[in-house]
Amino acid sequence: MGATTAEAPAAPARPKRKRGGDAGAPKTPWWMWIAVVAIVVFCLFPFYWMVSISLKTGADLTNGSAYPPNPTLANYESIFRNGDFTRALLNSAVVSIVTTVLALTVGSFCAYALARLRFRGKFPILALVLSITTFPAIAIAAPLFRLWSDIGIYNTWIGLIIPNLTFALPLAIYILVSFFKEIPKDLEEAALVDGATYFQAFRKVVVPLAAPGLATAGILTFIGVWNEFLFAITLTSSSSARTVPAAIAFFTGSTQFEQPLGTISAASVVISIPLILLVLFFQKRIVAGLTAGAVKG
Amino acid sequence: MADATTVSAPPQSQRRRSKGLSERRLAFLMVSPSMVLIALVAAYPIGYGIWLSLHEYSVRVAGLSRWAGLRNYSTALGDSEWWAAFAHTMIFAAASVSLELVIGLGMALCMHAAFRGQGLLRTTVLVPWAVLTVVTAVMWRTMFQSPLGFVNTLLGTDTVWLGDEPYALIVIILADVWKTAPFMALLILAGLQVIPSEIYEAAKVDGATAWQRFTKITLPLLTPAILVALIFRTLDALRVFDLPFVLTNGKNGTSTLSTIAQETFATNRIYGLGSAMAVLTFIIVMIVSFIYIRTVGGNIRGLAEE
Repeated sequence: MGATTAEAPAAPARPKRKRGGDAGAPKTPWWMWIAVVAIVVFCLFPFYWMVSISLKTGADLTNGSAYPPNPTLANYESIFRNGDFTRALLNSAVVSIVTTVLALTVGSFCAYALARLRFRGKFPILALVLSITTFPAIAIAAPLFRLWSDIGIYNTWIGLIIPNLTFALPLAIYILVSFFKEIPKDLEEAALVDGATYFQAFRKVVVPLAAPGLATAGILTFIGVWNEFLFAITLTSSSSARTVPAAIAFFTGSTQFEQPLGTISAASVVISIPLILLVLFFQKRIVAGLTAGAVKG
Repeated sequence: MADATTVSAPPQSQRRRSKGLSERRLAFLMVSPSMVLIALVAAYPIGYGIWLSLHEYSVRVAGLSRWAGLRNYSTALGDSEWWAAFAHTMIFAAASVSLELVIGLGMALCMHAAFRGQGLLRTTVLVPWAVLTVVTAVMWRTMFQSPLGFVNTLLGTDTVWLGDEPYALIVIILADVWKTAPFMALLILAGLQVIPSEIYEAAKVDGATAWQRFTKITLPLLTPAILVALIFRTLDALRVFDLPFVLTNGKNGTSTLSTIAQETFATNRIYGLGSAMAVLTFIIVMIVSFIYIRTVGGNIRGLAEE
């Protein structure tokens, strides 16, 4: 999308309502309201349905009604008493946070050099970085499944952090490059004229100004790792390292005919709500980051 | 990394007065940790995967292997189940990406039009994007469960959605559309927002109808944004794994390139064949990715240059 992606971070906040524009009539036409209601229902109904299931127990679970006739929090109590689930929360938190911090730390240096310094080989490096974000995870999971057993890090945190880094690092670099480029060059040049070294200019001028970009890259990386599933089920064998998505899948798979639907739904709601709040809170930044890197979370 | 050699050359006029490290040397120092890490966590596993795919592994004696050449590849390419997975993946990619485009475009146009409550709408569409893929799968599973999921109740039917051949894949496509159409909408919305409103006003003055303005202005100017979104989503769809794994475990006509490879090496422990299937997936995705890089090449060049 050429110009679009490059410019998107420049104007993350939408300019005030345009006068005129496409549907500039002061009164919203009725069909627009129908479209809006349809979008809201489309986006929210499945989530509402899952919340409603999570409040049901026993025979209510399969009565097909769109609301819980006897709402109860029993499912929520039961998942927090479930050691596997609380352990999975811990595993997910550790793997996601460590991966994100590593990717941002290492990636921010690389991104700064790519955005600001003059040297040869920028295009191949950026092309490499971008092409890795499109790798199919299966091509990494298959060899690591064997390799991790051989070197003894199968079913460990580190065994999940490494492959997650494969995708988190290029993602962070790609988003950060476009944010670093937005920072006006004059400030750095002023610092350089005042006798700062390139590294001081980076640390004292660029990093503070790039804080919003770092936050965006951090949030998107974190969500990406938190969401990761293929490594989580392939490279773990017990709840000691299994992350939340894998734990939820294993709740589901075991008993085909008597699925603990209520508890699975409760667990799903519990891990979705923090993420939804995070996304809503950092909405503008996330949209800017998504359009900058055209990145799928 | 090709710069390793150039950096050691004496810094010529690049060096401005006393700036500590020269620009190129600093660039090398800043870029190399990432490059080393990428070599370790991406290039090495891929290389090892290719090596595994060229060997056969003993079922009885752990660690015993022998050279197999391309035999694993010919086995995979001669396997009707692999081709079925290939077909499901292609159908999934084509159907989900085109539905997401149409729905995403509609949503984007709606969000772009000025009216009250627009902020709320833009917040709402982020909800499906924020829900984990596995949770999306759980959600759609409960809606389509038989006999008494919400869908069967609503339609008054008795269909075993996830147990029947065409339906299971359709449910997976719908779940993906739900999760990703809003993402598509946001990408398209970003494209819409950079179209200057003056163009529309000029067209209005010239008497263009709303439909003409849409087909003659909006669509052509959106094409680059849509193209990138399309290729990007296609790449993602080709590696689909989470939804079929959780919804149907790759059964009932929902196996994909990734699920069949994962099942082969992780469940059945046929490392050579499983790795060959993973490498084939990699090759297919890389071909599309190459087209993608060519399409957004200008964009990367823009980032690489001043």
